[in-house]
Parts: sequence; C-alpha cells; structure tokens
Amino acid sequence: MTEPVAGLHIQSISCTRGYRDLFTDLDFSLGEGQVLRVEGRNGSGKTSLLRIMAGLAQPLHGEVLWNGRKILHPENDYLQNLLFIGHRHGIKMELSPVENLCMAKALHGSRSENGIEEALYQVGLYGFEEIPCGNLSAGQKRRVALAQLFLTQAKCWILDEPYTSLDVAAVAMLEKLFDDHVANGGMLVITSHQPVTLDADQQFRLNLPDTRVEALT
Amino acid sequence: MTPSTMSAFFALVRRDLMLSYRHRNELLNPLLFFLIVVTLFPLGVSPEKTLLQTMAPGVIWVAALLAVMLSLDSLFKDDYDDGTLEQMMLSPHPTSLLVLAKIISHWLVTGLPIILLAPLLGIFMYLPAEGIITLMLTLLLGTPVLSLIGAIGMALTLGLNRGGMLLSLLVLPLYIPVLIFSANAVDASLAGLAVRGQMYFLGALLVLSITLAPLATAAALKISVE
Repeated sequence: MTEPVAGLHIQSISCTRGYRDLFTDLDFSLGEGQVLRVEGRNGSGKTSLLRIMAGLAQPLHGEVLWNGRKILHPENDYLQNLLFIGHRHGIKMELSPVENLCMAKALHGSRSENGIEEALYQVGLYGFEEIPCGNLSAGQKRRVALAQLFLTQAKCWILDEPYTSLDVAAVAMLEKLFDDHVANGGMLVITSHQPVTLDADQQFRLNLPDTRVEALT
Repeated sequence: MTPSTMSAFFALVRRDLMLSYRHRNELLNPLLFFLIVVTLFPLGVSPEKTLLQTMAPGVIWVAALLAVMLSLDSLFKDDYDDGTLEQMMLSPHPTSLLVLAKIISHWLVTGLPIILLAPLLGIFMYLPAEGIITLMLTLLLGTPVLSLIGAIGMALTLGLNRGGMLLSLLVLPLYIPVLIFSANAVDASLAGLAVRGQMYFLGALLVLSITLAPLATAAALKISVE
C-alpha cells in the first residue's frame, strides 16, 4: 500500500451539466501552501468544479481525495479542514452578523481563539454587529460571510467569487489574508473574474474548459 | 455525541426558534388554519351535541394534520435558498443530527401550539374531559411523527420548483396510520374503552420515525443540494 499523500487530489474527474460536458479528465493535486485559481468564461463549470471539490456534488467520473482517502470517507478529517463559501453565502438575513457567525462557528466546530467581534472588526463591520443582515448592503453581507475566514482553522479554503460586490479596500484586505493563510501552509482554491494578485510562490491556474493546469510564476 | 456536536445541535435549535420568532406572522398561519377549520364545522354541519361529539376526533385530527403539512414548507426552503443548508451539509457533525435539531424546533413551533390549542377546540366540539385528555396524548405522540415524516418529503421535493403537490402525494399516505390510530383512540375513550393499544402503536410509530426519518432526510437533502 502506498503512503497516503497529504493534500487534496483530484483524480481524472469529469463533469456534465444536462447533456453538455463541462470538463473531462481533470487531474490536479493541491498541497500545503499552494493556490489554485480557477478561471474560465461564464458557464464553463467553475462553480461545478468547486462544489465537487467541496463534496457537495458528485463528479460523473473520477474521485476527489484528501490525504489519500475519499473526501467523505468517515475516517477522514476533510470537513474539519474545509471552508467553502459559495455564491449563496450562507447568511441568514433575519439574524445579525454576530448571530450568524456564532452559528457558523458552532456548525463547523471551530476551536479558533479569535472572537467574533474581532473577526467583524477585521472585515470592517465594527458597529454593525447587531443589525439584521437583511439591512446591510450586498458588500457588507459578503463581508459577514468572509468574516468566517478569521474564525476558522480550516486548512483548505474553497472560495467561489469571493470578490463579488466588495470594494477595493476589502479586496486588498482579503488578499493579505490569503497570503498569510498560504504562507502558513494553507491551501486556497479561488475563482474570480477580477484580477487576483497574491504573493504565494506556488500558484496554479486552471482555465476551464481546458483541463491543463499551468504554474504561474 | 461529542460536546461540540451537542453545542452545534443546540445552537441550531436555538437559531431556528429565533428565526421563527422573527417571522412570527408566518408562524400563526398554520395555527389559525387549525382553529378556523375546526370552528367552522359546527357552523357548517350542525351545532347538535351528539353529532359534533362523534365527529370531533376525526375533525380535530384532520385539521391538525393539514396544519402541520401547511407549515412544512418553511422547514428547509429558506435554508436551501440562502445557502445555510449547504453549510450544514459541510459541517463535520452528522447531518442527520442537525436535521433532527431542525425538526425539533419545527415541532416546537407547530406541533406544540396545536397540542395546547386542542383542549379549547375539544370544548367547542363538546368533547368530555377524558376525550380531551386522550386527544392531547395522541397529539403529543402523533404530531412529532408528522413533522418527522414531513421532513423527508420536504427534503425530497426541495429542488423542485413546485414541489407542493408532490409533497402531499408523498407524505399523506404515510400520515394516514397516525390519523387512524389517533382518531380511533379518541373515539374509544369516548366509549369508555381502553386506548392502550392505539397508544402503543402511536408510540411505536414515533420511535420508528425518530430513528429513521433523520437519516432518510439527510440522504434526501444530499441529493437535493446537488
């Protein structure tokens, strides 16, 4: 038996939408301190790929492995190490940012020492703690969801269009956070239509539907 | 259950109760429906005491059953739309337990008020005291079953645009045993007979659904989220 390899491994997965092939035979491994940027035009399967990587959807063929085992294998700790923020940010409009983050923290069993107030301060929502999220602007809602990044100890972050409706300052703040995360041995999978400028040494780019992964230098 | 799973479980119950409280108008709908249906019967059929008494168990139970079905819509729909359901599935805690937490809070805001309203409606329908007690006991055992089975149906029809019709088709046949045993128990108590047999059946249905329904619901949600 081979030694299990650390990280996230995508083994020749294919995905279809209706009768259309989105991509076929995609192979990739993401290790500690590496970044994967998924690009491609609208409808090219970026979100589908990310959902497959998060275990929310099943690929038509192929497997996604975490440390050598299937991601949802009962003995695997993938879910403890995963933070997925999708298009729908998973924020309850009726609840305040603090209540939302309390729930997120409880759901993901986060043992992080960082306080919720601290996280909200970091994303620039200081003073908005008790306002129902429904009354916040689109960018602020997204900031509430992204405040989870300050609360989590997850190693693997999968973020679908995190920059949507964020202002320049928030994007800069996020990029700094991403750099810190990756520098500490984290993994990052990100899609974005805006330019992403990270300092990480090991960045890879996937331009769907082309399944070749190229290294960025 | 590990402490962190326990805290996630209670956090979810608390959150759902808080959400229902902030939507209390929607919460009232099924209860008003329950109240209105039962109070219309004496007006529509006949105010005669013996007739109402014979009809009471069936009428109250049918109204309760439909009221629970009306309220099912809110169980997963909002969570599905805003992505919190996805986050629930991505939690390291067992989805079936989290589902159970949601069902419990659903029952607390629909089943429980129905049970509390039942004595009032029993009096409307001339039910004697022993009938009302049996009615409340059957509701206590039966309404959680309705919430649990309803959750499976709701989870299965979640991804569909108009799942309402399909939901009733899926769920109603499974509700019928509960209806039969419950209404029959209240009838029997009116005739002065023992109701232990029916209660055992309802208890068995409750145990069966509380153990299996969360698993089935979690599996159905997994398909729907995909």
